[in-house]
Amino acid sequence: MEGNAIEVDIKVPNKTRYLSLIGRIGEDIARELERYSGDRETLAYHLNLVLTEAMVNAIKHAGPKEPEKLVRIVITIRLDDLTIRVYDDGQGFDINSIQPPNFEELEDRGRGIFLIRSLMDSVSYRKNCKENILEMKKKLV
Amino acid sequence: MNLEQETRNDIVILYVKEERLDAHNSVDLKAAVQKLFEEGKKNVLVDLKEVRFIDSSGLGALVSGFKNAISHQGNLKLSSLQSQVKSMFELTRLHRVFEIFPSASEAVENFQ
Repeated sequence: MEGNAIEVDIKVPNKTRYLSLIGRIGEDIARELERYSGDRETLAYHLNLVLTEAMVNAIKHAGPKEPEKLVRIVITIRLDDLTIRVYDDGQGFDINSIQPPNFEELEDRGRGIFLIRSLMDSVSYRKNCKENILEMKKKLV
Repeated sequence: MNLEQETRNDIVILYVKEERLDAHNSVDLKAAVQKLFEEGKKNVLVDLKEVRFIDSSGLGALVSGFKNAISHQGNLKLSSLQSQVKSMFELTRLHRVFEIFPSASEAVENFQ
């Protein structure tokens, strides 16, 4: 990949069967980065994971069910950082109210946002006039 | 989900024959483990040799299986984790919860 920003803009049906497709795109991006000096296979797994978790989150928070409902994912790759934005049009939630999992208690759920926060450098969830945006950034240096 | 089942010395081994254990297919694994304990099986081993990728839902399905084992006075153990999968157990501290073995054979010996 050259120095200019690359933007990948994807829309897929809000179905879990597309998780592997989205995850694979993240893996391919990690392997193609021009200047990344870290462990590419680890980065590939991490991008696969945060895309998977974010898409599941968008599916869970999606608005009223319609067959053609789509999840939009925009990945922006620049020289030094990578930004993933995932859009949903549901009720949304307050990301700051989500506590890390209690490691002493065995819960089936509640590790998704924790994993995203652990693997990305910054995470925010905000609402604009028509949708919610989960934004995740990672430095590539 | 593609699962293969084998019984050795009263231990049911479930081989997850999938590259991904995620929100799309983990409910199937959760249901399969639950069914085994409800049928009265006491020792279940989940072998993840072919699983290259696990997400929070996959981890959650295994936690559910572990809790199912406890409530039925049984055991659920894991074997053959690939390194990236193992690192997800470490990140979520679940490596302290599960007994994890390098191979199915070593796990089977440990049940005795």
